[in-house]
Amino acid sequence: MQHRHRCGRGIVSDRVMLGIDRIKCDGHGVCADLVPELIELDDWGYPVIRAGEIPQSVLPHARRAVAGCPALALRLQAIATRR
Amino acid sequence: MSIALLAGPAADRGMEALAEHQRRLGPLPPAGTLIDAVERSNLRGKGGAGFPVATKWRAVASQRAGTPVVVANGGEGEPLSRKDRMLMEQRPHLVIDGALLAADAVGADDVVLYVGADHTGAIQAMHRATTERPVSERARLRLISAPVRYVSGEETAAVHFINAGIALPTSIPPRPYERGVDGRPTLVQNVETLAHVALIARFGDDWFRSLGHGTASGTTLVTVGGAVPQTVLIEIPQGVPLADAIDAAGGLTSDSAAVLLGGYFGGWVESTAAWALPLDVESLRRLGSSLGCGVIAVLPSGRCGVVETARILAYLAHESARQCGPCTFGLRAIAAAAGRVSGLASTPGDLERIQRWAGLLAGRGACRHPDGAAGLLASALGVFTAEFLLHDSDHRCSIATAAAAAS
Amino acid sequence: MSDQLLWYTTRGAGAVSLVLLSAVVVLGLLARVRFETRGWPRFLSAAVHGDLALMTLVFLLLHIVTAVVDPFTHLGLVAALVPFGSYYRTFWLGLGTIAFEMLIAIVATSLLRRRLGARVWRAIHWLAYASWPVAVVHGIGTGTDGTALWMLVIDGVCVAAVVAALAWRMVAAPPDPLADERRVAAERASFGAGR
Repeated sequence: MQHRHRCGRGIVSDRVMLGIDRIKCDGHGVCADLVPELIELDDWGYPVIRAGEIPQSVLPHARRAVAGCPALALRLQAIATRR
Repeated sequence: MSIALLAGPAADRGMEALAEHQRRLGPLPPAGTLIDAVERSNLRGKGGAGFPVATKWRAVASQRAGTPVVVANGGEGEPLSRKDRMLMEQRPHLVIDGALLAADAVGADDVVLYVGADHTGAIQAMHRATTERPVSERARLRLISAPVRYVSGEETAAVHFINAGIALPTSIPPRPYERGVDGRPTLVQNVETLAHVALIARFGDDWFRSLGHGTASGTTLVTVGGAVPQTVLIEIPQGVPLADAIDAAGGLTSDSAAVLLGGYFGGWVESTAAWALPLDVESLRRLGSSLGCGVIAVLPSGRCGVVETARILAYLAHESARQCGPCTFGLRAIAAAAGRVSGLASTPGDLERIQRWAGLLAGRGACRHPDGAAGLLASALGVFTAEFLLHDSDHRCSIATAAAAAS
Repeated sequence: MSDQLLWYTTRGAGAVSLVLLSAVVVLGLLARVRFETRGWPRFLSAAVHGDLALMTLVFLLLHIVTAVVDPFTHLGLVAALVPFGSYYRTFWLGLGTIAFEMLIAIVATSLLRRRLGARVWRAIHWLAYASWPVAVVHGIGTGTDGTALWMLVIDGVCVAAVVAALAWRMVAAPPDPLADERRVAAERASFGAGR
């Protein structure tokens, strides 16, 4: 079953990935706690994000990570866009 | 060897004034269908990324969010490159012509001429050139001088400096072509690219393509340094073998094991493979290489590739914009470890650590600075494998040993 | 409805609100120091902090509504919304209004964080350091039970917890490793402080 996801800037898409603003990211690491399937921390506490589409099973956790980032550095980004 | 940009008065005659420029090349033509001509000419950007120019122009022209702005990017933060500042010093009117043509082609009114503050010859020439232009053109031109740092020529950094006085990259999206100077669609184009445009507008895309060697199009400016008589700026047809470029620069002054192509953002190539290498985008890309912003640096026989690479990494770590954790701390750690390996004082595991950390650089910064460093390091580890191992496990440098034996 | 019931509800809900608010502040500070044990992952502090804040608002609304409709005090809506707008214990009650309105601002900006951006959110959130002590003082000064022993014990426990958490934050909160770096780089990339 296909889901429509609301990403930023009014884009609605079937497939989403995790986008990150590397300048806003301060290495809090809450994201790695919330969605370890997609995010690990490097030696300095900054996220290493698995590339590609977010699997449906992990999507709720990815959303929680996006909402929970203290610096608002994470976002859901469309892969195939249809406006 | 055909030349186009550097045709005309010799370098020691200084800046070509407007009268001479127009006598030699004719007046500034109208833009008309210039985008189509630029597209047929296969012109690619000369700032390092090599992006197709017409594609970029069409992207800017198609935006709806305000009147576009053109930024002529003469930031030139790459220490091994001289082409932009020398081009601006000698042929400022070519650059200004190209910028005005680009502005007309994409629907922009304003042109910002972005020059490095340390490049005083270039600033003086560009300033004098703007005063020579007719009033209607002068009103559209703004000359801005910015701090010269490695990242200050990056397109978002140029836009950031123009907007807020800080020459550091910003996150994308949005890219400058969508929202840049004053939030307007902005075309950031290297000054050499614009100079080529100025000639294509006059002589056509057929002419430009014919300047290239084989199937390649046009000419390109290259700074050649290292094991050559002196660091020189040359103009070569795209597609000529590297050996021809070195000959044009005065020939080799010593044996050489490797060549650095593309500057600190580029990569090492082993000499035996390098001399016959055609200097055109496709051939280089097939080898994972690129001329970048037009730099050829030949490693002289007395110099060690490990030592040079460690020096470059230290510089790149120092020049990081320090806005993103992976670049700030990752590059610093790599540079420190590489410094230890280079200085024959490595700690056990340093080479493994370098390789592990290098894998964590690409794509993890807001700009491509860490990617460039990772690329340079990967090429060094490939070309100087034996030397790195010798430095790390035996704490010995074969170049230093040979030099000691010779003296 | 019995007047006594309204009056007890007001006081009870007020006390509960204070306890909840103190827990919210403590949890916020635990999130700031990145508190973590095997049974308590890091994200829990911020998550429960937000949930408890909403629960605090529920009890606060109960506290305020029962106080406003209570015929004994004739408070009226104005007293609930305009600081120092009531004739009944004007000053101490006014403090409550202020603390409440700061809380509304904090919760509203938190719910709209993505739209407002991190900087605005953080600036308003600092009001929490004002809202909580003002709420404590309001409780001591306004209520019938303000100085009753059981209320003072509750106050004591709440204050001790918040002060302890605050002290922990002052000594142990990890600093932003990039803060100095960014400043140095920005200085080098501009002429002077930049515009």
